Amino acid sequence: MKGKGFLIAGIMIVLLAAGVFADPFRIAVVMPSATTDMAFSQSMWSALVAIQKEMGGESALVLKYSENMYNVPDAAAAVRDYASQGFDVVIAHGSQYGSSVQEIAKDFPQTTFAWGTDVNTFGLPNVYAYTAAAEQGGYVNGVLAARLTKSKKIGVTGPVEVGDAKTYIDGFVQGVQSVNPGITVSKTWTGSFSDVALMAAAAKTHIASGADILTGSSQSVVGSIGAAKDNGGVLWFGTQSDQASLAPKLVVASQVYDWTGMLRDIISKHKSGVLGGVAYTLTLENSGLKVAYNPAFMLPAGVKAAGDAAINGIAKGTIKVEP
Amino acid sequence: MKNVFSLAVISGILNTMMGLATPFLYAALGETIAQTSGVVNLGVDGVMLLSGFAAFYVALSTGSLWLGLLAAALVGLLLGLLMSFVSVTLKAEQGVSGIGLYMFGLGMSSLLLKILVGTVKTVQGFAPVPIPVLANIPFIGPILFRNSIPVYGAFLLVPVVWWMLEKTTLGLKIKSVGQNPAAADSLGISVDGIRYLSVCMGAVLAGVAGASLSISVLNLFQDNLTAGQGFIAVALVYFGGWSPIGVLGGALLFSVVNSFQLWVQVLGVKIPASVAIMLPYILTIAALTVTVNRMRQPAALNKPFERGES
Amino acid sequence: MTTRSTTSPGGKRRASAVDWSRIALNVFLPVLGVVLALVLGAVMLLILKANPLAAYASLVNGAVGSQFGLTQTLVKATPLLLVGLGICIAFRANVINIGGEGQIIAGALMSTWFPLFFHSWPGWLLIPATMIVGFLAGAFWGFIPGILKARLNVNEILSTIMLNAIALQLMNLLLQGPLMDPAGVAARTFLAQSAQLPQQVWLPRLVPRTLLHAGAIVAVGLAIVVYVFLWRTTIGYDIRAVGLNPDAARYSGINVPTFQALSLTLAGGFAGLAGVVEVIGVQHRLMEGLTSGYGFTGIVAALLGSLHPIGLIPASILFGGLLVGADKMQRAVQVPSSLVMAILGLVVLFVSGSALWSRRWAARRRIGEQRDQESGA
Repeated sequence: MKGKGFLIAGIMIVLLAAGVFADPFRIAVVMPSATTDMAFSQSMWSALVAIQKEMGGESALVLKYSENMYNVPDAAAAVRDYASQGFDVVIAHGSQYGSSVQEIAKDFPQTTFAWGTDVNTFGLPNVYAYTAAAEQGGYVNGVLAARLTKSKKIGVTGPVEVGDAKTYIDGFVQGVQSVNPGITVSKTWTGSFSDVALMAAAAKTHIASGADILTGSSQSVVGSIGAAKDNGGVLWFGTQSDQASLAPKLVVASQVYDWTGMLRDIISKHKSGVLGGVAYTLTLENSGLKVAYNPAFMLPAGVKAAGDAAINGIAKGTIKVEP
Repeated sequence: MKNVFSLAVISGILNTMMGLATPFLYAALGETIAQTSGVVNLGVDGVMLLSGFAAFYVALSTGSLWLGLLAAALVGLLLGLLMSFVSVTLKAEQGVSGIGLYMFGLGMSSLLLKILVGTVKTVQGFAPVPIPVLANIPFIGPILFRNSIPVYGAFLLVPVVWWMLEKTTLGLKIKSVGQNPAAADSLGISVDGIRYLSVCMGAVLAGVAGASLSISVLNLFQDNLTAGQGFIAVALVYFGGWSPIGVLGGALLFSVVNSFQLWVQVLGVKIPASVAIMLPYILTIAALTVTVNRMRQPAALNKPFERGES
Repeated sequence: MTTRSTTSPGGKRRASAVDWSRIALNVFLPVLGVVLALVLGAVMLLILKANPLAAYASLVNGAVGSQFGLTQTLVKATPLLLVGLGICIAFRANVINIGGEGQIIAGALMSTWFPLFFHSWPGWLLIPATMIVGFLAGAFWGFIPGILKARLNVNEILSTIMLNAIALQLMNLLLQGPLMDPAGVAARTFLAQSAQLPQQVWLPRLVPRTLLHAGAIVAVGLAIVVYVFLWRTTIGYDIRAVGLNPDAARYSGINVPTFQALSLTLAGGFAGLAGVVEVIGVQHRLMEGLTSGYGFTGIVAALLGSLHPIGLIPASILFGGLLVGADKMQRAVQVPSSLVMAILGLVVLFVSGSALWSRRWAARRRIGEQRDQESGA
């Protein structure tokens, strides 16, 4: 009897020790803009932080980051450095990092590399790729916007017509037109991802021309949201991150990139020896994309129902959105 | 080209222009003073950023916009002293020291934003203050007389700076130091002292320019808020021929074309966005090629002064 | 433009004598400036609860402590050297070229379109041809402000700042349309990049598994060419004469505006070449953000090199190492990258301020020599 007790205690102690002294999982991420950009980079960073909390904190998951890596060779050096430091997963969070990942991944077969937004894993066994079907949330936002606009004029303030800025806005326009093709959707592009003043001026121009709803993409949309706030009656739809905090009374909904599901999958795959080879796409169906309604905004029930119907339709595949 | 020239659109264009021109005016007028004394400050953008952050942060924490404005002016002054020390006393290559100032301002403002504020937050900035009676004048009333105090200040600054440079002894000294420092020196004017003063005045105004963005026009602060507007402001000094009126003309031209191209996009005119965005820059160069530049550059511009050296 | 000189007015004769003590001072003082800035940076690091010693150790380690670090330093030094060479030529004619960003883009655009269009050409022909047209594209972007200044008296600081913005939008326009990678369109990702360039135009890598490419050798070779050009040819002499004393140059029949325009054109060409090597040597395609501020940091490198093409070689390596090391430092102690940018700004400020003492010292020596000559020693 006593022997068995000791055995059990002994096993428990060993397990406990293994748990306590187990090496933490290590993830490093390289990003093209700041972790606080309220947009692309922030979406990945907050997902990583959430996963860290879920796993039990720093002792379970070590996170390191390099931000503002808009220079590609510098980012390549960072990725290679983290890999050579023995990180389990190195995330190259920027579409411009693709060729760097392709080169570096070959030299570190034990490391998992994840990069996006793109769908190409280069046929390498230790590379994951990820992207977000931004046009889906764009469509839903468009449906909601079309039902809320009184002036039948909607303004879009975009940075440069590339990447998920383009796909989001393409989806948005389709969503609007699916409800009422007679609504005017005007688009402006500022030519920069960071020019807040020009974005604000663009928003003001839309408002002055009669738009009562605005949307847009990139970290500089804080300018558009500010312009909406100044006006007081213009509503905002966001993307990439939940932007409700910037204008609680005016933000109707935001498409949120939720990378946590994908990250969980990558971590567990890595632990079980599968280091890559999958291209993830965040969609409404797999909950990688979420439409976060702003609880502080009173959304009429009929409008919300239309939005939910759009979400379901896209998730089931009955509604097709093409960027 | 359906409605581009309707009255409503034109007034909309002019309205947007006012907000766009304000930071350019403050920064460019300030740089005009500095350059008139012979010093080029390419770091104006960095001053705008760090001072703009100071204004935002102080306004956010204390709730007082005027304290924020004061903070911006103070930070501008400190950076002006730094720039003067390096460029006037240490006689550095001014183009390079300006770039260093820019990098420092850009880095510090982003750093302080990250550690003191964290995420992007908005403030309640200077509200529009309509001027009674004048604001009701049809068409020009809402454009000119329904703005916030910083916007009024930017335009009122033009005659103030002009008067200071043209009609005061100080202005005379500044100009002489910029034209012929050796002669000014022999007349007992402290060349370095006047240059310090001018650079600091310029930097204080650049600070106010930054504040006009963070607590008046945009009411928030984000990394690289100015996105290079400080450099445009420096360019406008050359455009304006070192004359405050010329600088006003340049700021208005650049801003009105920028505003115009946004309207062109909103109205759905079929022109590629990138081409529309280029318009203000192209037209600014074009405008300078067709106007006669009467003002000559301050002869001693970008030349540190050393007694005994030519 | 400052009227100090690194050669005496008797240009050609003096150039062959190597003033070692002057060189030593020109090296020591900027380094002192760097050290002072780093001390201030240490204070900021302490405030952010990072260990400055560990931080700076990782800075040095990152730049030169590993084979990869060393090659990264050289990879970064290459565009700095190329832009700096152009800045050198322009400064010598009393023209400050802040149009580097736009000129880099012009060279990069041309060196993307050309190999994609002539994709059947063999490498031995395509590489030099691409470099030449890229140089010409950058030169054109420098020619515009040059001719505007020479003929219409449009100030070059204004025109280059405007042209930088125009070039950026031109790149956006092309990347959103005709130059966008067809693979990205097909996959509906619409990324802001061009198709990958044909392999035969890729500059050979000098060290396997690093980014160091043959462009580095080309850059060093060009530094020597520029030196010879400025000091051993008549055109070069005229350019320097314009910078040293424009009035005297005009007197002796040199058309000052023409030579200033020429120097801006050449500066643009070298900046364009920096864009070329970044595209065909490093990234193998055109992507937004490729300039990385080299148009401005190249100016800093030129100053560190005392505006001398040969001095520019160690200067660009030093500055490149600083940039690479700073990134490593950010990773090692996990401080925000903006802190690194602020410290670099201080470095530039202090280094630019250190030039005073070298100049005063040189002036005193010149006066001392003159006195010796006069007294017949």
